[in-house]
Amino acid sequence: MKGSVIKYERDNIDTDVILPGPYLKIHDYAELATHAMEGLDKDFHKRVKPGDFIVAGKNFGCGSSREHAPIALSYSGIKAVLALSFARIFYRNAVDGAFLLPIEIDEDAYKDISDSDSLEVDISKNEIQNLTKNKIYKIKPFPELIGKIIEAGGLFNYKP
Amino acid sequence: MLNITEKILARASGKTSVSPGDVVFVNVDKVMVHDVSGPGVMAVFEKLRKTGMKIDKIWDPDRVWVAEDHFVPAADKISAQNIVLLTNFTKQFGIKKHFKYGMGQYGICHTLSHEEAMVLPGEVYVGGDSHTNTTGAMGAFAAGLGHTDVAYVLLNGKIWFKVPETLYFKINGKLPDHVMAKDVILKIIGDIGTDGAAYKTMQFGGTGISEMSVESRLTLTNMTTEAGAKSGIVEPDQKLRDYLAERGVTKYDEVHGDADAQYEKIYEYEASEMEPIVAKPFSPENTVVARDLSSIELDKAYIGSCTGAKLEDLRAVAKILKGKTVKIRTEVLPAAMSIFRKAMDEGLLKIFMDAGVVVGPPTCGACCGAHMGVLAKDEICISTTNRNFPGRMGHVESQTYLASPLVAAASAITGKITDPRDIS
Repeated sequence: MKGSVIKYERDNIDTDVILPGPYLKIHDYAELATHAMEGLDKDFHKRVKPGDFIVAGKNFGCGSSREHAPIALSYSGIKAVLALSFARIFYRNAVDGAFLLPIEIDEDAYKDISDSDSLEVDISKNEIQNLTKNKIYKIKPFPELIGKIIEAGGLFNYKP
Repeated sequence: MLNITEKILARASGKTSVSPGDVVFVNVDKVMVHDVSGPGVMAVFEKLRKTGMKIDKIWDPDRVWVAEDHFVPAADKISAQNIVLLTNFTKQFGIKKHFKYGMGQYGICHTLSHEEAMVLPGEVYVGGDSHTNTTGAMGAFAAGLGHTDVAYVLLNGKIWFKVPETLYFKINGKLPDHVMAKDVILKIIGDIGTDGAAYKTMQFGGTGISEMSVESRLTLTNMTTEAGAKSGIVEPDQKLRDYLAERGVTKYDEVHGDADAQYEKIYEYEASEMEPIVAKPFSPENTVVARDLSSIELDKAYIGSCTGAKLEDLRAVAKILKGKTVKIRTEVLPAAMSIFRKAMDEGLLKIFMDAGVVVGPPTCGACCGAHMGVLAKDEICISTTNRNFPGRMGHVESQTYLASPLVAAASAITGKITDPRDIS
């Protein structure tokens, strides 16, 4: 996966800013995408391109269980969120619904990656290549079950 | 050497023992969807049907129950349509327990889970809402899931969980009169942070919990979500048995931790040292003692939600408001019709209305900034709810301070954030 970075240098980016409450009644995925990140970044929708990555701090996706959050990001074109850590429901929604990859990065990678950097993410090699800065960051492999669900393309395609 | 959560998950996965970190598929006892997650699950079903999957029945309609809470009374045409979708869904799949707005008992899903004894000790309960953790106070494993996971449970009756580590919060002694469970959980979240229990279980015990009512315990477990926890839990005791018996339920299979149960970490708190606590915008971990905020002028007091509009919460508010007049816009929305009725029978509604308060129907509406009284730009609200993220209760530049029902009521009278000890 290749794409460029939209970086939010902050922790605890919650689902209320990723997809604000008034839009919870909407279940049209394309329409949800037009409201992605609206509580934090009004220009996100104009800026995001298919294949982009979000880079953020710890506890990304905390708050509500709304699957609208990973859906809105996914249908905006985001392929993966690279964060220091993830809130549990966002993480499993992203994986089980096969909307995007929640990838944990370490502090060094988080500090090093700049907004608009061009990255190549390769989960088979457990690494992220920063094409702009010509650097490689190692990432931890996914836990066994998570890796299998990702490989299967979501929980419904996974056979226990 | 297993704690209650490990024992419940072991039993539900057909194992004799599990350890934190194990990934297990557990059999689920009860499932809840509401008017946001229900249509979300239907969208997942539609997506699956497009891949050729046939979905004409669910695993066990008698284990599924449905609440209308987020967008009732219907906020607009789309929300009204979602209720129609939900009704068709329950009819199509033969789900009988559908708590409908305007037809007797209905209310916020988490409140119904205990008011109606929908979930029993020892059970595994999942719901399409993050505050599903609330119901862990019934001695059950209760965790929130998204739409895909709930859809999976509805079709398969099981779901995967990583067995969580447990943080044990031991509360010693009895809370002072002016302090409520809300102050305790805000204090804890302030101490451990909004990811302090991420992926873990928060268990509450000690003499302070034995002293507490079941409703107070539900306030603790409700806000474990705000510390990132997978679940919150309290072991069953006589108070819980009495609570269930009052609701006509006496048969269930209690689970208790072993005497030598293991916990990742034990935190101890002295109840007598607790004070009224407020969480400032824009995070539940942003806590200070209420007295430090006495200069903050307010536009609104909101007493509602699964966190802060149970019967004892309304009683606490009435104790403060009796014979007084509110100085700011104040709303009381009981969390379920059964509570609304009891508040009426006890004369609480008269006290509220005499004080100038608007009493409204149960809804999640304003708590999640969706409808029914959202905040304008720059407005400041004191609220008995559980979240104060940017834009949570309305405009992204509005502000919410989270507090106990006593603090919210005291503040409603003065128009500033007020410690209940400081009003006559």
